[in-house]
Amino acid sequence: MTSTVDGQLPGVALTKSELLEMYRLMVLIRRFEEVAAEQYALGKIAGFLHLYIGEEAVAVGAIRAMDPEDHLVTHYRDHGYALALGLDPRRCMAELFGKATGLVGGRGGSMHFADASKHFWGGYAIVAGLLPIAAGLGLASKYLNQRRVAVAIFGDGATNNGAFHEALNFASLWKLPVLFLCENNQYGMGTAVTHASAVREMYRKACAYDIPAEQVDGQDVLAVYEVTKRALEHCRNGNGPYFIEALTYRYRGHSMADPETYRSKEEVEEWRRQRDPIVLFRQKLLSHNVATEEELAALNQAVEEAVAEAVRFAEESPEPDPETLTQYVYADPITVH
Amino acid sequence: MARELTYRDALREALREEMYRDERVFLMGEDIGAYGGSYAVTRGFLQEFGPERVRDTPIAELGIVGLGIGAAIGGLRPVVELMTINFSLLAMDQIVNHLAKIYYMFNGQFTAPVVVRTVEGFGQLAATHSQFFENYFAYVPGLRVVAPAVPKDAKGFLKAAIRGNDPVIFIEHSLIYRNRGEVPDGEDFVLPLEGAEVRREGRDVTIVSWLRGYYLALGAAEELAREGIECEIIDLRVLRPLDIETIVRSVQKTNRLVIVEEGWKSYGVGAEIAAAVQERAIDYLDAPIMRVASVEVPMPYARNLERLVVPNKDKVVEAVREVLYQRTLVPVAR
Repeated sequence: MTSTVDGQLPGVALTKSELLEMYRLMVLIRRFEEVAAEQYALGKIAGFLHLYIGEEAVAVGAIRAMDPEDHLVTHYRDHGYALALGLDPRRCMAELFGKATGLVGGRGGSMHFADASKHFWGGYAIVAGLLPIAAGLGLASKYLNQRRVAVAIFGDGATNNGAFHEALNFASLWKLPVLFLCENNQYGMGTAVTHASAVREMYRKACAYDIPAEQVDGQDVLAVYEVTKRALEHCRNGNGPYFIEALTYRYRGHSMADPETYRSKEEVEEWRRQRDPIVLFRQKLLSHNVATEEELAALNQAVEEAVAEAVRFAEESPEPDPETLTQYVYADPITVH
Repeated sequence: MARELTYRDALREALREEMYRDERVFLMGEDIGAYGGSYAVTRGFLQEFGPERVRDTPIAELGIVGLGIGAAIGGLRPVVELMTINFSLLAMDQIVNHLAKIYYMFNGQFTAPVVVRTVEGFGQLAATHSQFFENYFAYVPGLRVVAPAVPKDAKGFLKAAIRGNDPVIFIEHSLIYRNRGEVPDGEDFVLPLEGAEVRREGRDVTIVSWLRGYYLALGAAEELAREGIECEIIDLRVLRPLDIETIVRSVQKTNRLVIVEEGWKSYGVGAEIAAAVQERAIDYLDAPIMRVASVEVPMPYARNLERLVVPNKDKVVEAVREVLYQRTLVPVAR
């Protein structure tokens, strides 16, 4: 592997355009979320809004490692995954606005993004509830002799829930191709990991089910990419599930309603200064001459425009047609009354 | 042409035929394979279809239903079994928060056509193993809830549930597996998953029930017929969607309604039926709607106490006499 050519990073099998696309997606997620927070403050977005700011490297690194045919289910902090998959930011923003043009027609909002055409089977909002579903997707893949892996995204909080343990047991018992990717952002809502989990390292829980597991720096997009790539191969080759714990941090509150009484401003600042995934990746791209300041600035500018356009699109889109209120409760017809 | 089958054999036929018809159909549940199913519905299936398609699971109901949902989204046709309806409580999050909502919440992009077979009943099994929870499921938009009383419906519904695109909660009853009835021939005998049926016509009073309650109603009707009281019996068959029109039509004829259910009376299916009937036909009612239901206690073990709790034929007869303003002959346990 070449290590000194401009446009590449030592030991990383990604082209310059791929690396820049990862950078762009991370910036897109950051700006999308910041603007969503502004729109929330303006009253354009309501309900729960869980922002992904600070965790961008996990979604971007993991999605880049996946095959297009792989299944994805996530927790409710799902905007970053949708954007990393390449879903249209306009439709993402429109969903937050509760508009007909949203990803799910304004029926799900922030927590329930989905796109069947990308095998993104949804954001799920009951903590740990998505994990058995992911195992079931893995079961379908194996049953049908496909080489698809089901990727499950969940937080540290989910690992204390019964559904987590049932899902890991099933996946290991039946050797299902499931990648369990735990985002340990240190807090389950407002409760620190240390107050909620008897085991501080989430990946160690996998050993109870004989699932190989490891920890990765979730602020390093390339590290996430590499470990996910390896883990997916493990699953794809019939070796059963794999478990990754990505150590990360969310800068914003759990949701927009969070008073953040449970952690210090200094702690948040420390992560922002020292461990920001975008800053770290940017430094790497510049120091290895993968990209110039100007190239990155151009990407930032393009993201600004895309996010502004997303807001404009969301603003101008129609609300869902009231006529559709009772559509999609049942797939097959009902004739009795 | 039709043959006589037991309720259990009707279910077995439905499962076998659908498994031969469609390789995506598979079964998953506790002790359904090596053990043969706790009510023997899947006895021999493991040998016939192999462990990929007849999957014994850990005792983990939430996981069983959750895996079913994922498998269905992934393109399979899972029939999952919850050993009894009492254990369905452990799977309630998956059933209510995910199974029932996936089609709507994600704007019709995909469905999760899971069939959840489960069974209720009693028989000196004490408080946690003798419950009737069909109302819990019937409450939830997005689920279809069927409760077949006769072998024909058991087969036709199960096949339709497996072929359909909606999640179905398929409720059986442990005390009617040996009941016999005619089942039409042919592998393509399927029934729509909706509609109540008038199974006995009568002019004096309408009795609505389902599962074992239907047989209590039949027994009561036969007894009352000897006195010249003609009961019209409606087998509800499907709890959601509720076919209230069939009930209303009958009440418009008989002007009297008795509902027989095995669950507790408060907040039960009977309460829903009574409310819906009075909304549409209050002018037709010549008597208050009566509900025959279980006494509101956790089920006791002792045989004599258990008998006091659940509905029986005599309680149904008594309720009919009450709506006909006849003298009370048998005390009704309350």
